[in-house]
Amino acid sequence: MKALSQKRRHPLAVIALLLMGLLVTGGLYAIATTVNEAKASTTSFTANDTAEGEKLFEANCATCHGMGASGSQDGPSLVGVGAASVDFQVGTGRMPMQMNGPQAYKKPAQFNEAQTHQLSAYVASLGAGPAIPEEHLLDEQGDAAKGGELFRVNCAMCHNAAAAGGALTRGKFAPALADVSGKHIYEAMVTGPQNMPVFSDANVTPEGKRDIVTFLKQIEANGSPGGADLGALGPVAEGLFVWVAGLGVIIAFTIWLTSRTS
Amino acid sequence: MSAASRAEAPAFVAKTKAGRITDFVDARVGGSGILREFGRKVFPDHWSFMFGEVALYSFVILLLSGTFLTFWFDPSMAETHYDGSYLPLKNVEMSVAYSSSLDISFDIRGGLFMRQVHHWAALLFVASIGVHMLRVFFTGAFRKPREMNWVVGSVLLILAMAAGFTGYSLPDDLLSGNGLRIIDGVIKSIPVVGTYTSFFLFGGEFPGTAVIGRLYMLHILLVPALILLMIVLHLFMVVVHKHTQYPGPGRNDGNVVGYPLGPVYAAKAGGFFFIVFGVVALMAAFFTINPIWNYGPYDPSPVSAGTQPDWYIGFVDGALRLMPGVIGDFHFEYVIFGYTLTLNVLLPALVPAGILFTVMFMYPWIESWITKDTREHHVLDRPRNAPTRTAIGVAGFVWYCVMWAAAGSDLIATHFHVSLNDVTYWLRALFFIGPVIAFIVAKRVALALQRKDREIALHGRETGRIVRLPHGEFIEVHAPLDEYKRYKLVGFESPSPLPAVPNDHGIVTRKEKQRAFLSKWFFEDRVAPATPAELEAAHGHHAPAVEAGEESKSLSH
Repeated sequence: MKALSQKRRHPLAVIALLLMGLLVTGGLYAIATTVNEAKASTTSFTANDTAEGEKLFEANCATCHGMGASGSQDGPSLVGVGAASVDFQVGTGRMPMQMNGPQAYKKPAQFNEAQTHQLSAYVASLGAGPAIPEEHLLDEQGDAAKGGELFRVNCAMCHNAAAAGGALTRGKFAPALADVSGKHIYEAMVTGPQNMPVFSDANVTPEGKRDIVTFLKQIEANGSPGGADLGALGPVAEGLFVWVAGLGVIIAFTIWLTSRTS
Repeated sequence: MSAASRAEAPAFVAKTKAGRITDFVDARVGGSGILREFGRKVFPDHWSFMFGEVALYSFVILLLSGTFLTFWFDPSMAETHYDGSYLPLKNVEMSVAYSSSLDISFDIRGGLFMRQVHHWAALLFVASIGVHMLRVFFTGAFRKPREMNWVVGSVLLILAMAAGFTGYSLPDDLLSGNGLRIIDGVIKSIPVVGTYTSFFLFGGEFPGTAVIGRLYMLHILLVPALILLMIVLHLFMVVVHKHTQYPGPGRNDGNVVGYPLGPVYAAKAGGFFFIVFGVVALMAAFFTINPIWNYGPYDPSPVSAGTQPDWYIGFVDGALRLMPGVIGDFHFEYVIFGYTLTLNVLLPALVPAGILFTVMFMYPWIESWITKDTREHHVLDRPRNAPTRTAIGVAGFVWYCVMWAAAGSDLIATHFHVSLNDVTYWLRALFFIGPVIAFIVAKRVALALQRKDREIALHGRETGRIVRLPHGEFIEVHAPLDEYKRYKLVGFESPSPLPAVPNDHGIVTRKEKQRAFLSKWFFEDRVAPATPAELEAAHGHHAPAVEAGEESKSLSH
């Protein structure tokens, strides 16, 4: 310690300190940024997949995303978005996009599973990004109650507590999550498609994501214990129902009860 | 009864044991007298007269189902870990209130059904009060002598909303907590006393550990007691005033045409109770309401999308949603002497509701001041025959509906695939111009209907039969109306504006001038009912028509 304190006025001390600081921040940054993309394994993709994917990409996607997925005025660069992003966007039919707008709509997928796989392989080969989640994260065997808590804290403000969807500004929206596969839900959390923020593994751990998927699948399987759920939209749907159906039926009865006179 | 008369009248002895017991009770409480009086009470029959009954029956259903729920509900905000049978919430930390609500839903036989009965009945209760009030307003049933009863009814509406809101907040789920948070925000926005009031109400900083228990007491004790009291007053006044009736031949301000309460009306009303109960039970059995298990326990941090109050508080929520935070560079938040005045919360939360309720309470007196009408009215107006009142009512209703719709702006946006911002902009514009358009359109529609009535009264109903006369002219045959139908079309009052009159000192006061101005505005556009002379003339005009026989028949009165 004494040696260190004696050398603190050494001409090179400032440079040494600067170097140390840079190393620490750089190192921390490197760790922080790779937390989310470290699993960008292209191991399950063959060279053939990548080659086929490139052909598909050039024929169907390059118009907007540019040759080599480097982006153009009409679409962002896809270098580094990862296989998960492609699998989500193409797998749910959002890409190729139907038209420009605030948000791409879910629609019947344009590519079959093999083609989606090839496209994912190609885009994953361009740069490291979130990979397609592994099977054990999608087994729906997590802790539903914990997933529910995570969902309410992180997701419900846009997607609704019952995952029925909700509005965002200027025509954007958070879609309902019923009938969305666990894989796509997981990929959406990892990649933040459309207007959704990214929930990195540092934010919600892979186990947490597994719990969320478990929760969503469980409430979907549970159905609605109290009868028809009226879209799970809350008091607005209930109010509409009581005014239209409830009062409607009662008015019909009042007319029937008083129909014999006057 | 004197000793002499007792000796004269042979003592009545009932033959059966039941009869003797009845006689015993009757001799002591005078039941037969009451029954005779009430049994003869005549009620006119019309479907639109039954919404008050629907409200009353909903209230009875609420008392029954609510009592059931109190057996298991525990209004404690103590923390616990859920241990019931709903797996997605297993071991989640929550309040005892929420946990017991979940137990009612999942672990108590019939509990979920009763919860849903209670909640659907609550929605129906307020809805039927609303429709009942609309009927009373548009038919002018609030006029003398029923002004006080209109006020009691308005108090009932506010109490019903209070009952609904306190109940909505009890389960301590995320949705109800968010609702309380908004109320807390509104209270805190009140200048000077706001923060103190909030701390007083919540027993400290929101949410605290006291509010559910306090709301529970209000919900099951104070508010229902007040509602009951008001219902008694309301019905008492209905009996005193007698029921109103729609205009018709033989009906006037001195009589009531209809069925006596006993036996026909009592049977009908009794049966109707079970119909309402049945409808509510079916809704509760097949349609879920307030699925608290979806929302999770209350936690001040998350706010779910689609968080709305029940429909009757919706218009306040909508007004809050419509209020801009800033307009250009104009802010609505000021700091005065170190205190923050947040007009962007205070204005929308209190002003529209304040205007709405003030006008509602005052309206009978406002109208009678303008029209100088101090007579008793027991025959109702058809809405078209009071065009300005109808227009005022429609304008108020549209204003309410704009705010109401704003509470669902997010769902309008998602379900019609439009931008949430555009929905808000349109509703903001409609907030101001909607009532004006509604006033003009409703008034014109009312006047047009009056003209149509007049036309039909004078010239009869168009039959669609085209007849060619011998000289080549084509005419459409009009069938004259029978007397009863015509009475409805011509038997109404259409007052003309009352000019300002000097008071006892011979002075026309400024207030009287204002009244005269409003009277002109109120009655200026009017369609007078067809007079007997006009009827005569109109029928004379058709004399050469082919159906001479029919014509002469209609002229004969």
